[in-house]
Amino acid sequence: MSLHNVGIVYRKELMDSLRDRRTLISTIVMPLLLIPVMTIGFGSFAVSMVKKAEKETPKLMILGGEDSPGIVSALRRLPDADFVPDAGDYARQISDKVIRAAVRIPPGFEASLKSGDPESVEIFVYEGELKSELGGQKLRAFFDDLRQRTIESRLAERNLSTAILRPFTVTKKNVAPEEKVGAALSSAMLPYLVILMCLTGAMYPAMDLTAGEKERGTMETILTSRVSRTHLVLGKFLLVLTASIATALLAVTSMGITSRMAADMFAKDLPAGAAQQFKLSISPQALAAVFALVVPVAVLFSAALLAISLFAKTYKEAQSYISPLMIVVIVPAVASLMPGVELNWRLALVPILNTSLVSKEIFTGTYHWNFIAVILASSCVYAAIALAAAVHLFQREDVLFRT
Amino acid sequence: MIEARGLTKVFQDKKRGAVRAVDGVSFRCEPGRIYGLLGANGAGKTTTLRMLATILTPTAGGATVAGFDVVAEPEKARASLGFLSTATALYGRLTAREFVEYFGRLHGLSEDVLGERVSALLTRLEMTEFCDRRCDSFSTGMKQKTSIARVLVHDPPVMIFDEPTTGLDVMTARTIISFIRECRERGKTVIFSTHVMSEVEKLCDHIGIIHNGRLLAEGTLEDLRVRAGIRDLEDIFVKVVFEAGGDSA
Repeated sequence: MSLHNVGIVYRKELMDSLRDRRTLISTIVMPLLLIPVMTIGFGSFAVSMVKKAEKETPKLMILGGEDSPGIVSALRRLPDADFVPDAGDYARQISDKVIRAAVRIPPGFEASLKSGDPESVEIFVYEGELKSELGGQKLRAFFDDLRQRTIESRLAERNLSTAILRPFTVTKKNVAPEEKVGAALSSAMLPYLVILMCLTGAMYPAMDLTAGEKERGTMETILTSRVSRTHLVLGKFLLVLTASIATALLAVTSMGITSRMAADMFAKDLPAGAAQQFKLSISPQALAAVFALVVPVAVLFSAALLAISLFAKTYKEAQSYISPLMIVVIVPAVASLMPGVELNWRLALVPILNTSLVSKEIFTGTYHWNFIAVILASSCVYAAIALAAAVHLFQREDVLFRT
Repeated sequence: MIEARGLTKVFQDKKRGAVRAVDGVSFRCEPGRIYGLLGANGAGKTTTLRMLATILTPTAGGATVAGFDVVAEPEKARASLGFLSTATALYGRLTAREFVEYFGRLHGLSEDVLGERVSALLTRLEMTEFCDRRCDSFSTGMKQKTSIARVLVHDPPVMIFDEPTTGLDVMTARTIISFIRECRERGKTVIFSTHVMSEVEKLCDHIGIIHNGRLLAEGTLEDLRVRAGIRDLEDIFVKVVFEAGGDSA
């Protein structure tokens, strides 16, 4: 009779939720639709913006250079670049996007090249602005090439080989596992996404099953039945947990499929390394380990959301309580994405952030078993506290019948 | 049987401090009888009935429902009662059949018994035409029938009705009134709260007048008439409340 009732409540809540359009949207449609739309949509947008910028013929300005006609005319012959006359206000024109970049050729530049005196060429760009940087790159490439040719001719004049400039070479070799290199971007994003989806998946059912029931008047109906309040809250909790985990699983599946599609779609438009960043290559063990770590987090969210929503008299009131919680969850999840934030014993005890950090490691093939054990244990403790609080609140009539 | 002994409920209110919503209410109701709790809005009727239904815990005093103590054995007490009020709503996304079955299962009915019981109830309450439709599409009458089926599915010996006709049209209210009568005929113990005098006159074997949380007068309609020296129940009610120093409005 006892736990049997938890199952009865759970089955009813499941049936009820599966018929609720809002729950279906937040649990199933959102992860299945939002992620592909965001990944492919954003990816296509970014790729098309870069391509468009690359295709554009940049307007460039030459400052000075009156006594270096050879270099100026070589510059003007550059393909896919328009040169405008020196108007003096190059900085304003770059800021206003009238021109993309400018180059200042110092007085007597050609003569200095011949005599061997050192000189300095300045290139002006609007840093962070893609089209301006591309214009600057064009100018830089020209002068890099000119410098190289000048060096070669000077060495040739002295009968020296260019090898003299390279007494040895330095090569960087990678020791990180293959998948760590391949999926750096997606592995950083994935734990964040899974944790966020656990929260959003649990949010709507938690509010519907507590504040929503109070608002619709069914809470009093169910409280007059034989079921104990503990069994009632456990049945409801299991449903919220199911929604939370289902949303996270769907999100991971959706992201797995989408990332492969995106990598293939953008492969021809992006450098090999960049396309690889889209690709998720996660081993089944990593997925299982992360799943085991995420379950207590989902329990924590489900129980906390139930407890908070139970305080509210209406669905709207519950929403206003829960919105700030989103920020509380997003901040530690985002913190794990920041460069330099690495697992240590202190961070291993910070809920959400700990799971996010260790999942990132696991997805990239590194298993710190000590941390994993501590994080799993601490997450279980937090989850148990939240669940105990939710069960306790369900016994309090001043919460159930708050006026 | 229902027996209340000095039932008291004190709520803590932020502005008003401790509020005694129900103050030492005692009464009893035997099987096959209807006890009417008559009082104005805010008199303490709903709080009293919620304590009997174990939804609220008494601050002091106690009660038994079918022999089960509402504080010590709340689940057994709930298993023995059916509670119906206009505040007890239906799950809109379930069909009437699913709704009734859900409560039957929670009351521990086996699937065989449940199937027979639900079919019999749906036929008896003339619900077969709409019982497989979702409750959110129901008219008020359909909703009330579904609620009646819910409180009957486990065949409880005690029935509690908290202002069950409030806000209902005449025809739906009549269905409820005749259902309450039927409960008495079947030998159930019935507690019925209302502020409608005519319903009390029509239905109740025993009447308790409640005001400001206290039970001011109790007895059969005839007892109350003799004691007050007036025939009209409304006048009796006003007199009792006035004599207790309360506001009769």
